[in-house]
Amino acid sequence: MTEEIRQIIADHGRLSVDTAALAPDADLYHAGMTSHASVNVMLALEDHFDVEFPDRMLKRSVFESISAIEAALKELRAETPVS
Amino acid sequence: MSVSVDRDQAFLSAVSRVADEFAAPNADAVDRAARFPSETIDALRAEGALSAFIPTELGGGGVAFETIAAACFELGRRCGASAMVFAMHQIQVISIARHLDDAPWFEDYLQAVSREQRLIASVTSEVGTGGDMGRSVAALTANEDDSRSFEKQAPTVSYGAHADDLFVTLRRAPDAEPSDQIVVLARNEQLTLEPSGTWDPLGMRGTCSPGYVVRATICPEQILPTPFPRVSAESMVPVSHILWSHLWLGIATDAFDRARAFVRAAAKRSPGEPPPVALRLSHLMSDLSLLRAEVSSALTEFVQASDEPGRERLSTMVLALRFNNLKIAASEQAPLVCQGALGVCGIMGFKNDTPFSVGRHLRDTMSACLMVANERIHHTNASLLLIAKDV
Repeated sequence: MTEEIRQIIADHGRLSVDTAALAPDADLYHAGMTSHASVNVMLALEDHFDVEFPDRMLKRSVFESISAIEAALKELRAETPVS
Repeated sequence: MSVSVDRDQAFLSAVSRVADEFAAPNADAVDRAARFPSETIDALRAEGALSAFIPTELGGGGVAFETIAAACFELGRRCGASAMVFAMHQIQVISIARHLDDAPWFEDYLQAVSREQRLIASVTSEVGTGGDMGRSVAALTANEDDSRSFEKQAPTVSYGAHADDLFVTLRRAPDAEPSDQIVVLARNEQLTLEPSGTWDPLGMRGTCSPGYVVRATICPEQILPTPFPRVSAESMVPVSHILWSHLWLGIATDAFDRARAFVRAAAKRSPGEPPPVALRLSHLMSDLSLLRAEVSSALTEFVQASDEPGRERLSTMVLALRFNNLKIAASEQAPLVCQGALGVCGIMGFKNDTPFSVGRHLRDTMSACLMVANERIHHTNASLLLIAKDV
């Protein structure tokens, strides 16, 4: 899952650094991700993992690092078991 | 706008008195000369109003946010520029008080604000960012003696020449991204302001907001512990939109009151049939009530979300949309009400020297859509709407 998230960030995050070299807990906003780019990352994550982030999760802290995104996705999958 | 606590009621009464005795009689002179409303701000200082929101343990008034909002409304009814200076100062105080994270330097600073009634201006906009407060060009640079320096090109600094201290957004370091922002508080003895523009605007003339090149050297302790993006989402943006909206509502309410006085005077001159403009006044009242409802409900939502543990909801996109919509709606509705009042009063409203003059009200509220340009906010909202669910 980590590598899939990393690829989505590489495709949509418009970071100013190399995504491959990002630590899992590196701050994506400090790495140059704008608010608008973060929305595109969220849309791509929803599409790729077939989930919907509820409004309570739609905030900066949930999308500020690869590990934070992974934790959010795992939480969502635990809530809605795949049929 | 009901306030229950005695302390809050006493504060609001004091501000209302200052509004009547100082802001109202000087409003036209302040507007005409585009000069700082010093009588009003001095009178607010004498009441301790500049530290009203600061907790009592730090020497402040400890009044509730709702009461600060009500004070902006009361001042707005008498002088828009005085209300804007007061509101902007409170935005800075509230942003510091909610995010100082027990930092000793900032606790001492708020005590100094309480003791000396220091006035804080903000330097958040910057040349080269296209009006985006979420990005900075200027960076904080470390010096060899561990002090920090910066130079920032600000297109407007409201009442900069009259402020004691400045609340400044910067990039964290020279190699930081534009969005990696911090807030610093620079005291007047640490800074210089080099004017870079003039000030002869259409409205809000008493805010005295020309451009400056701001330079300062400060200590590292003067960096607010909470990073700016969080200060911005949880406090600065919603608080700005709510306090501005309250004073715009105050200006619009006074324009409506003048239109009502005009209609009453007309009715007294010819008893019997209601004068034809009475109908226009009724239309105007419904426009004003829409504005009032939007301002009031946004305040309630903000206070509820602020009282929740961790204030988690304030950083969600749904609430960002909510307070952005308040700003757009109030900034469009307030000048509309003032223009409606002009329609009721006619030439008596158009002239600048009658009891029914509403030209200043109209000009002051026309600044509302520019304070963080509405089109920029629409761009942000358009992006957030792609992903937010239950708006």
